[in-house]
Amino acid sequence: MWLNVLKAFLMGGVICTLGQILINLTHLTNGKILVTFLVAGAVLQAFNLYQPLIDMFGAGASVPISGFGCSLVNGAVEGAKAEGLLGAIKGGLEATAPGIATAVIFGYINAVLFKPRTKKK
Amino acid sequence: MKKENERNLSVKDIQEQSRIKKYANDVKKTPYMDFVFQRSPKSTHWKNMFWAFVVGGLICAVGQVIIELFVQNGVEQKQASVYASCILVALAACATGLGIYDNLGRFAGAGSTIPITGFSNAVVAPAIEFRSEGMIYGLAAKMFTVAGPVLVNGIFVSSFIAVVYLIFGV
Repeated sequence: MWLNVLKAFLMGGVICTLGQILINLTHLTNGKILVTFLVAGAVLQAFNLYQPLIDMFGAGASVPISGFGCSLVNGAVEGAKAEGLLGAIKGGLEATAPGIATAVIFGYINAVLFKPRTKKK
Repeated sequence: MKKENERNLSVKDIQEQSRIKKYANDVKKTPYMDFVFQRSPKSTHWKNMFWAFVVGGLICAVGQVIIELFVQNGVEQKQASVYASCILVALAACATGLGIYDNLGRFAGAGSTIPITGFSNAVVAPAIEFRSEGMIYGLAAKMFTVAGPVLVNGIFVSSFIAVVYLIFGV
């Protein structure tokens, strides 16, 4: 178990460091970084290159946003296999819906509970 | 450097002092100084990368621990991975509400942005910030300022890939 955790730590660290290098070099904002990594993960998975990383490193590859892109593509392709065009359209969202819905639900609860705070910067 | 300036200037008369101050301010505003600031070496470069590695790695490690716990309790690997993402998203949402995540983000940079927790933070932070503008056009609309582009691109790319897959039957 702890070997898997170590693997996840290393892979997650490497992906985040790549992102930090990208930020340092280009000064991209958070949103652009998220979109870039999401699309990168999706395109890699289109050629079936990202799933092997997840199989090998577990959460190290699936927790970063590129893993989100990968599961979008996986869902869409599986949907296409099972239901054709309809599956291709709905499959991606279906696979990632739990994450998105959790973010929305907890975002709503937190926004109602907490007041905005001034950022220390 | 500022101290030295003050010491040097203290021997001169007050008029000279104000003239030099004005001159220094003028220099600060020139494009040349902007250029200098832009080109000066970033001492935080390596430190940023180190913290991005550590924090990003730790978040993924926590995800892996959750996955292992679910698998030990007889949940399928794929399902466990989904549960882990959801739990991380929920934790990050609460951390954002408490103001912990923004503090983390200040030194972790990409380490806190790229994991799925960064997506959660991008959903929750604007929702909290714009609540004062109303529940519908503030909270609910601003929730998707960053998440919107992510979802738009994600859905478009994944559907496009699946349709290409259908047409060419790879």
